[in-house]
Amino acid sequence: MKRIYPREEVCIGCRLCEVHCLVAHSKSKDIIKAYKRETPRAVPRIRLEARGPVSFALNCRHCEEPSCVQACLTGALKKDPDTGIVTVDTEKCVGCWTCVLFCQYGAITPDVERGKIAKCDFCMHLKEPACVANCPNEALLLVEETPEKPPKEPAHA
Amino acid sequence: MKTYVPNKFIVERDESKCVGCQVCVTQCSFETHSWDGEEQAVKSQQDRCVGCHRCAMFCPTGAITIRRNPLEYRENYNWRAEYIEDVYKQAETGGVLLTGMGTDKPHKIYWDHLVLNASQVTNPSIDPLREPMELRTYLGRKPEKVELGPGNASLKTRLAPQVPIEVPVMFSAMSYGAVSINVHESLARAATEAGTLFNTGEGGLHPKLYKYGQNTIVQVASGRFGVHAEYLDVGRVIEIKIGQGAKPGIGGHLPGEKVSKEVAEVRMIPMGTDALSPAPHHDIYSIEDLSQLIYALKEATNYTKPVSVKIAAVHNAAAIASGMVRAGADIIALDGIRGATGAAPKIIRDNVGIPIELAIASVDSRLRAEGIRNQASLVAAGGFRNAGDVVKAIALGADAVYIGTAALIAMGCAVCQQCHTGKCAWGICTSDITLTKRLNPDIGSRRLANLLRAWSLEIKDILGGLGVNALESLRGNRLHLRGVDLTDTELKVLGVQMAGE
Repeated sequence: MKRIYPREEVCIGCRLCEVHCLVAHSKSKDIIKAYKRETPRAVPRIRLEARGPVSFALNCRHCEEPSCVQACLTGALKKDPDTGIVTVDTEKCVGCWTCVLFCQYGAITPDVERGKIAKCDFCMHLKEPACVANCPNEALLLVEETPEKPPKEPAHA
Repeated sequence: MKTYVPNKFIVERDESKCVGCQVCVTQCSFETHSWDGEEQAVKSQQDRCVGCHRCAMFCPTGAITIRRNPLEYRENYNWRAEYIEDVYKQAETGGVLLTGMGTDKPHKIYWDHLVLNASQVTNPSIDPLREPMELRTYLGRKPEKVELGPGNASLKTRLAPQVPIEVPVMFSAMSYGAVSINVHESLARAATEAGTLFNTGEGGLHPKLYKYGQNTIVQVASGRFGVHAEYLDVGRVIEIKIGQGAKPGIGGHLPGEKVSKEVAEVRMIPMGTDALSPAPHHDIYSIEDLSQLIYALKEATNYTKPVSVKIAAVHNAAAIASGMVRAGADIIALDGIRGATGAAPKIIRDNVGIPIELAIASVDSRLRAEGIRNQASLVAAGGFRNAGDVVKAIALGADAVYIGTAALIAMGCAVCQQCHTGKCAWGICTSDITLTKRLNPDIGSRRLANLLRAWSLEIKDILGGLGVNALESLRGNRLHLRGVDLTDTELKVLGVQMAGE
């Protein structure tokens, strides 16, 4: 099961993860069009948390027992039993924001303009999640692991 | 006071490409870019731009171009823009002008006037892809002669400590405090991977890097910061720093703002206090005094490590080097006028010292003439840019070279010369924790190791072309060099013939 882990000690707070997440979830997949032409603009599913020197990028943790899935009134949120990825069916999402309230990580973004939620879908259409692929300082790690284990430290740390 | 110093750079933002993501705003440590919420647009305050290219490199749409400000003065060879502006700056501040990196003045670069030989017809060249090439270099004092034991199966002569390096390129002294812990870690890991050495500089060694000690040169300089028994024990080589190419005759000054809790602990000084390295070692006023320190360090480490002595290349470098060898130095490190620094008075950096090429040649010749060249290895530093420079230095007589600036460039440095401000946007020469994170040691060490690998492949290519299969066969062999566009005196000092001769 793959997971994305932020490395706070090398996150430089540039927000390029947000930029590339937005592009990956845009219609055109073209950065300039995604920002300048598409309305409503796509919403990044990852968010940089920063205060002073501390920063890290946070997206859906794809929890073992996701409270958002339990809370969802319409059954729009589902956890895939094979991949472990929590996905949203935007056809079913009614924009009630219950999952936004329930997520203890604050990892679900209300897409107010569309009246739907936006959340990390692990960029299943790409080889690698856009945030991981485009982090300039390798501060987002894609780790293959079983859920019980703590995040692996990189080989040389 | 109103400044008369114009902007150095113009920040051009292609509005058709700018998506307002504000990555440039987050990345500029000089606060050039800012977000105008009212106009929903990024604005730039151009007078703050130092030309480090951080924003341009990180802009996801390539919307930013940094150009030199074309504001021209009336043409005047004597009063060029830089000299006019230096006078403005001093008239406004009344102070010594500080700067970082190596000199940017057009001192003659002799590497560009030296060319290498290659084998043609009468001797075969070697293909380094098919045949083994030996780059290993042993640093340390070599014996006058070697005596073998019974049956010539063992060595009778007791050898002084020798330190092998697998590529004749080491990382120059850059102190923890001047550069960040992530820079030190990157250098240490890359040196370990490449089988070479990194130099701590005068600021001690962070305990978390002790595990790289076998690839570490521990420096002892005039302030003795961070020097203690364990530090000396951990290192592979001990280096006494007398001088530095960027600022011969000048001490060091790490401002109190950079002396964080950890820097203070490693340097063994109170937090927040200025770390002042005196200009001279106050216990070294002669060769005899130097000898005392060399032997004190050898004694302290039970004669297990070579002791290096580093000086800035100055007019009498050859005579001084001879004295250093006689004082017991096992390695002579020479730092030429193009050597760099984290902070130095500009007037010193640009005007004091001699080019490293001439220093290598004159020191090597002098030590040979006196019959003591075997007693010390010669390490050259000061502006080495590529493998060609390295090979030429070795042909001139060096055993190995130090690279500092090239190593920093490998980690992202754009040589913007703002090291002395402590605001390095690339997170290299700073102790600001929001900036130091910008150098991920995983990436830094990988880039450095790649650089060393690339240079060693190129060195092997050059050696193969020369028809030699070991660096030892090139060392001090100036017949492999020829001079182009040099005067007779220059050729004489360099000890090389004119091309065509």
